[in-house]
Amino acid sequence: MNAIENLNITGAKILFETPIVLFGQKLVITESQVNSWIVILFVAILCKVLTHNMKIRPESRRQIIAEFIVEKATNFVKSNMGERFAGFAPFIAALMALSAFSSLLSIFGMFSPTSDLNTIAGWAVVVFVMITYYKLKGGLGGYLKSFTQPIFVLTPFNIISELATPISMMFRHFGNICSGSVIMTLVYAALSTLSAVLFRWMPGALAQFPFFQIGVPVVFSLYFDIFGSLLQAFIFAMLTMMYISSAAEDGEAARAERKLRKQNKHRKQEE
Amino acid sequence: MERAIILAASAVGAGLAMIAGIGPGIGEGYAVGKACEAIGRQPECKSSVTSTMLLGCAVAETTGIYGFIVALLLMFVTPNMFIGKL
Repeated sequence: MNAIENLNITGAKILFETPIVLFGQKLVITESQVNSWIVILFVAILCKVLTHNMKIRPESRRQIIAEFIVEKATNFVKSNMGERFAGFAPFIAALMALSAFSSLLSIFGMFSPTSDLNTIAGWAVVVFVMITYYKLKGGLGGYLKSFTQPIFVLTPFNIISELATPISMMFRHFGNICSGSVIMTLVYAALSTLSAVLFRWMPGALAQFPFFQIGVPVVFSLYFDIFGSLLQAFIFAMLTMMYISSAAEDGEAARAERKLRKQNKHRKQEE
Repeated sequence: MERAIILAASAVGAGLAMIAGIGPGIGEGYAVGKACEAIGRQPECKSSVTSTMLLGCAVAETTGIYGFIVALLLMFVTPNMFIGKL
């Protein structure tokens, strides 16, 4: 029964506090930060290893894998955002790799940085800044005017829906990964309780040994850890691409409209 | 006594918040059923239908996730907040 008592579902643990004070609170280094540094280091080393000693004619298997990944990422971005945004491929691939590897950390029993809302809030803010940048490219007037479309009364709702984009993005990712890790914690606790109850007759330490924790959690882990993690990484990247390309289209439409209006004005003056 | 009421109310509230899971369940089931129909009709479109379906499912899931987050807040944040004030 001690498994249930030991069951604790917590957020990221605070590893140590720094003396820096920001907004009346001490800046702390949490488990999720340290684990995301590990992920960043791992991805960087993976890239370095895969692209090490490249040749024009690929000889090693490493280079073939690296070329395969780069080609897939570029094609993925091109097919979803169009030929013009092929330059986004590194950003999208980096986001996807970071998200996937962060979530996959939970396989090793480590705290995955993506089940901390702060990590994903950071990514969502980056995406929001990019969306706003591409909308602002069409001019500040056009950007502000787009909030009063189709009629002026809807302005507050438009502002809310604009702000809801990053919030829903981060809650979606966080909720999926966090619910997976909560369910996995419950599954582990339940299995150890079950084996403690069933094998109470065994002698000595064997009575406390959680037999059911061997192998059985794989079924759940396959769905909640692996499938869920990869799916959320894919969806986050996909939504980022769709939002950015639609924002760029909006910006371009606003710019074209402004140009047209200027030409019309010019023509009227000439007449 | 107040402590017990706060904990019980939080647990009941978290359970009620997860009723939100019904909506995405029905919606995603419908979407997956339609995707299966589409694949059955045109098996060559399988990959694009699947990726579009997964994206749509993820978007439809948002309301359920909001319910889950409210449940998490009720379970882990509000009890401590209110018990601390007692």
